[in-house]
Amino acid sequence: MARIGVFVCWCGENIARTVDVDRVVQEVAKLPGVRCAVNYKYTCSDPGQAMIREKIVSDKLDGVVVASCSPHMHLKTFRKTAQAAGLNPYLLEMANIREQCSWVHHDRDQATAKAIELIRLAVAKVKNDHALEPIKVPVTRRAMVVGGGVAGIQAALDIADAGYEVVMVERDPSIGGKMAGLSETFPTLDCSQCILTPRMVDVGQHPRIKLYTYSEVEAVEGFVGNFEITIRQKARYVDVTKCTGCGECSKVCPLKKNKSEFDFGMGMRPAIYMPFPQAVPARPVIDKNVCAKLIRNGCGLCEKKCAAGAINFEDTDRLVKEKVGAVVLATGFKLYDIGKKDGKIAGYGEYGYGKYKDVIDSLQFERLVSASGPTNGEIKRPSDGKTPKNVVFISCVGSRDNAKGLPYCSKICCMYTAKHTMLYKHKVHEGQAHVFYMDIRSGGKGYDEFVRRAIEQDGAKYYRGRVSKITEQDGKLIVRGADTLSGEPVTIEAEMVVLASAMQPADGVTQLAQKLNVGYDEFGFLMEGHPKLRPVETNAAGVYICGAAQAPKDIPESVAQASAAASKVLITLASSELTREPEIAHIDEKICAACYRCYEACPYHAIEKAEVRTPRGVFVKHTARVNAGLCMGCGTCVAVCPSKSADIEGFTEQETYAMVASLI
Amino acid sequence: MSQRVNLGYYPGCSLHGSSDDYQQSLTACFGALGASFKELDDWICCGATAAHMLNRKLSIALPARNLALAAQQGCDELVAPCSMCSMQLKKAQRAMAMDAALAEEIGIIVEAKPGGTRVLNLLQAFDRVGMETIKAAVKEPLKDLKVACYYGCLLTRPPEVVEFDDCEQPESMEKIVAALGATPVKWNYKTECCGAGMTLANEEAVLELSRMILADAAAHEAQCIAVACPMCHVNLDMKQSAVEARYKTRYDMTIYYLCDLVGLALGLTPKALGIDRHFVGRKA
Repeated sequence: MARIGVFVCWCGENIARTVDVDRVVQEVAKLPGVRCAVNYKYTCSDPGQAMIREKIVSDKLDGVVVASCSPHMHLKTFRKTAQAAGLNPYLLEMANIREQCSWVHHDRDQATAKAIELIRLAVAKVKNDHALEPIKVPVTRRAMVVGGGVAGIQAALDIADAGYEVVMVERDPSIGGKMAGLSETFPTLDCSQCILTPRMVDVGQHPRIKLYTYSEVEAVEGFVGNFEITIRQKARYVDVTKCTGCGECSKVCPLKKNKSEFDFGMGMRPAIYMPFPQAVPARPVIDKNVCAKLIRNGCGLCEKKCAAGAINFEDTDRLVKEKVGAVVLATGFKLYDIGKKDGKIAGYGEYGYGKYKDVIDSLQFERLVSASGPTNGEIKRPSDGKTPKNVVFISCVGSRDNAKGLPYCSKICCMYTAKHTMLYKHKVHEGQAHVFYMDIRSGGKGYDEFVRRAIEQDGAKYYRGRVSKITEQDGKLIVRGADTLSGEPVTIEAEMVVLASAMQPADGVTQLAQKLNVGYDEFGFLMEGHPKLRPVETNAAGVYICGAAQAPKDIPESVAQASAAASKVLITLASSELTREPEIAHIDEKICAACYRCYEACPYHAIEKAEVRTPRGVFVKHTARVNAGLCMGCGTCVAVCPSKSADIEGFTEQETYAMVASLI
Repeated sequence: MSQRVNLGYYPGCSLHGSSDDYQQSLTACFGALGASFKELDDWICCGATAAHMLNRKLSIALPARNLALAAQQGCDELVAPCSMCSMQLKKAQRAMAMDAALAEEIGIIVEAKPGGTRVLNLLQAFDRVGMETIKAAVKEPLKDLKVACYYGCLLTRPPEVVEFDDCEQPESMEKIVAALGATPVKWNYKTECCGAGMTLANEEAVLELSRMILADAAAHEAQCIAVACPMCHVNLDMKQSAVEARYKTRYDMTIYYLCDLVGLALGLTPKALGIDRHFVGRKA
């Protein structure tokens, strides 16, 4: 006969107001197997917990039911209490008589009756509970950071400075991300390169950071603590160990008219190039789609010029494997494609982006005002190099537009547009900036003051309204829009137009997320474990996220989130063994028919195809097997298993049927 | 030579009234291309602007009756050369496709079931005949003629209804004009509104809108404007002298229906195409 103790909590007034806790205790004490039943005003308090501990010992309890709030609230608390009294923590169950009873009912009699039923269920379950032991998983105490923008850099430096090795994988030839190309940053107008490039150098020189640039994650195996990740190092055609970064190769390259990715097409680069002078590593790469040697075995001038003999036209992609215990995804963002998709015009055709040379997007404008940009920071418009005297900035291009664009707010555009108007005014004193906006969203420390400065000190003209059409006439862009505050149509003759286009997750992030079993939303932004309480965790154990890969955000937020992700990684790496909750799937290999429906159904790829062998190694049968590191205990395998060999520890079918039976 | 194309034809009120010249041009041009039009028997007005300003159900029921007639008369493809008509027909189809209860109610109102007839605007009708067929039939290429292709507002809008080309920067008319040997000019106002029916209620607004279109075409060195809508033609052609008087300027801009240009390239005479009935450039 079981010896179960039931502890009914008042939760102050929360439960006791609606549920007659005395009657509950009287009734549940009569249930078979219940040794004692008591109620208490605050069971989670110190005296409440002490009472449970004493009863476990004095009444020799072999099972405990706490009838109180949701297990999300206090299951861990009470299981620790049980463990302290020598009871296996998995022999404690909770009956939720607050959220699922007292808070949602008014009638005291009915609520009391329901509370009794809920406790009856929990008692039936606890009778069928087994003692479980937490799962121990060994940990490879190093981390991978995917993405070398400001978020990835921060996360990598934090982890490495704490004493652990970091493998950083960056898709582009240099780390630095979008921030490396920005001019000055809001709300302090400090130079983006000045604050970022030292951090890039720190990454490049850090003894505990192993840097893979021009590389991508090819495949992921393993699970939390034990990832084995295959990295594809794309052929660079330059031996980075021999190269000194002198730059002679770029000087002799005759193919100089290629649109620079770093300048977002505002400047040109040779076929062999370093993305920008402060690149880390400061090593060039050959664009194989352009290079005459690689395409038709011509030219080869760079090879002849290179004194170090670093050019290698025979280079190929290489696959490398790295073992890590945790992964941070910091893959960043790209700008929404305005007006053009797959070469076809779509979306905001009325703005003429791609048709008029002087209609540019916000990152292109950043390059135009950046001291490291193609015009050395002088504002010259792309069509004829003249200094524009009137510039129109249009915010929310693609953002907050259910009809044509994306429904969400890209969050940073109001701020950088205000910044753009200031930078423009600081460089072109006689110039006039005009901004068309829907709302000004400038929440943040010093942010609203910054926008006011743009308007009041630097004289940017703000019109609340949208632009309906941009046309070109006599070398000027005729911008027609509405000022909805005055109710008047507005026409501005501008020399340049800057479109604040929406932020989208970087290309390829969804494929990467699938490799790591990380969720993403309908727009491709990576999903956090919980929007408030687990903002940098994902639902895949050991994988963390930060920066604009998770949602549109600015530099301060990205950096803060990166440090948060790093701290979570450090928790994972802090011990040589990980403890995981044992409430995961288990497959009875004796009865498994090896149909592998569970293998196909498992959303976490936690089922392995395995063989049962005798101790001497003689093959007995095929079976499915659960990888305890990967399983998240969702129960999908249990639902699809036709032979009933899959079950969830702590939520077995036997326990569930016992609960149902107790109600009938 | 490709197969003869048989298309249903929904003229709408304009082509049987003020824009009879459009119908004349259309019939002559498509006839020369080996396509025949069979006019829908017993068709009624599409409702145009008036119906949907008054009553949504009426604005769907009117086109729905025409679609029902098309289904009854075995017409799979129906050319509606007026942009307003083709848009209204497509709009009714879309409204009924998205709302089954509405479709049923409309079915009761018009006492018939509208079918899945494909509605074609003028450009789609040319596309149906085929660009290769048109190119092969060109006898007198329109060399050195600079044309401003004017779509107006309804040919490409609302985009989710008409599902035709890019609504802001369309190119399909330019392709046809280029196939005739003419040179389409790049200009700004190809999808702006001409004022349409406002010509009766607020002439001032129409004169201003039409002026901007004419002025921009002239500024980009167009010798003529091609249109694919009877209302556009009225405002740009018939009202051109009023625009000139109001703004004390002179454009002398010939306004062709697109089928006029195709017809001319096929070797038809201006008279056969009804071009002599236009207001501007009668001598052409």
